[in-house]
Amino acid sequence: MKRFFSCILVAASLFSLPAVAADSAPDELVKTVTNDVLTIVRQDKEIQAGNTRKAVDLVEEKVLPHFNFRRMTILAVGRDWRSATPEQQRLLIDSFKTLLVRTYSNALTQYKNQQIDFKPLRAAPGDSDVIVRTEVRQPGATPVQIDYSLEKNTDGWKVYDVVVAGVSLVTNYRGTFSQEIRSGGIDGLIKALEEKNRQLEQAGAKA
Amino acid sequence: MNKHPNLMFPRVACVLALSLLAGGCASTSQNPDDPFEPYNRAMFGFNEAVDKAAIKPLARGYDEVAPLPVKSGVGNFFGNVGDIWIGFNNLLQGKAGDAFNDAGRVLINSTVGILGVFDVASELGLEKHDEDFGQTLGVWGVGEGAYFVVPFFGPRTLRDTAVLPIDLAGDNVWAIDSVATRNALTGLRLIHTRAALLGVDKTLEEGTLDKYAYARDFYLQQRRYKVYDGHPPREDFDDLSAAAIGAGADAAARAARTLELAFINDETASTGSRP
Repeated sequence: MKRFFSCILVAASLFSLPAVAADSAPDELVKTVTNDVLTIVRQDKEIQAGNTRKAVDLVEEKVLPHFNFRRMTILAVGRDWRSATPEQQRLLIDSFKTLLVRTYSNALTQYKNQQIDFKPLRAAPGDSDVIVRTEVRQPGATPVQIDYSLEKNTDGWKVYDVVVAGVSLVTNYRGTFSQEIRSGGIDGLIKALEEKNRQLEQAGAKA
Repeated sequence: MNKHPNLMFPRVACVLALSLLAGGCASTSQNPDDPFEPYNRAMFGFNEAVDKAAIKPLARGYDEVAPLPVKSGVGNFFGNVGDIWIGFNNLLQGKAGDAFNDAGRVLINSTVGILGVFDVASELGLEKHDEDFGQTLGVWGVGEGAYFVVPFFGPRTLRDTAVLPIDLAGDNVWAIDSVATRNALTGLRLIHTRAALLGVDKTLEEGTLDKYAYARDFYLQQRRYKVYDGHPPREDFDDLSAAAIGAGADAAARAARTLELAFINDETASTGSRP
């Protein structure tokens, strides 16, 4: 039965090429993930009360699979990435990922009924690199633009940058990162990231 | 400090003078945007201390006590007051359509929106803008100058610091004659604005290695974004495509992106497999 359906799907997509693009649309992905996560946050009293552990679990399960942390780390590190050994690169990705997941999860615990508007996607069907634009509205405050940059990989669309009110949350790390690298080398940056994560872990355990 | 508030300014001036001197001598200034870094860091710390001691606790209280409709009304009220100055700056920037839009907003919100408490204009599709005189100067081609942390007011560039008095004077709350009303409104606006940012400081504290530097870079990028009304020429990886920026924002964006992609491909090829 399943096979039959996929046959029909393949046939349908062959006849209507635009439908193929719509099938795995990046804007739909962002919308689904955002709505899924916020629906859970709205119902979860523990997350609202600031339970970071629960928020991290939620982010790891729902959000993480759709992010390309390798590319994010490369963008944040900048040109020094080239001088890092494969092992250093792995450690950089791991520690930066932990930091981002933690920060993003904590931000989720502060969510308060903001409304999110999804802007129509402006991209050609064949594009493999798109920007999905959203707007966060809060009564009495100027709306904040949040844009997601996505690229198409073999395993689907992956977010590699988040731009808030015109500022890339990823490349904005570049200044601080190169400052760390200048004073302590790539290993210095890895150490600083791991130290920060350890501090957050301890603070979270105490709370 | 509380007993002699006027003593603080000489002290601030001293720190400023000393660090300007130090900045002038130091040849190893790290960030080209931030030659006054020693002073700026000190002032950033001072502003944080003021915030922690006085403003943040008030903002927390306000955030907890005031129900959402009240906060929304307060935000809309000040938004409406600010729209006049925003519209005037749009006019100065030669954006007559936007200025007309802003004037329409003030007209509608001041009347139908009951003194600005309800943002009816946004519901009708008249978009809210974000302009000030510093941005107007930017549009006119005045460079932003170095990053500069102003006592109490926080991050600015030298350009925006210089016109801060004009921006304050252009703002209608400061033009109110009754000192008591003016102070009350200024205080309320400060607390309301701060309340909207509760949580941001936590994220900044937790998510960054150097809060000061991250806040600085964020401020500068956002400022440029605002001057270009959301369409800045894309800043790129290194200065290789600086020439391309001159050829137009679109071309620059494409060049930067290609450059980044080439860089990543190069990197992937040299390290072999992905983890």
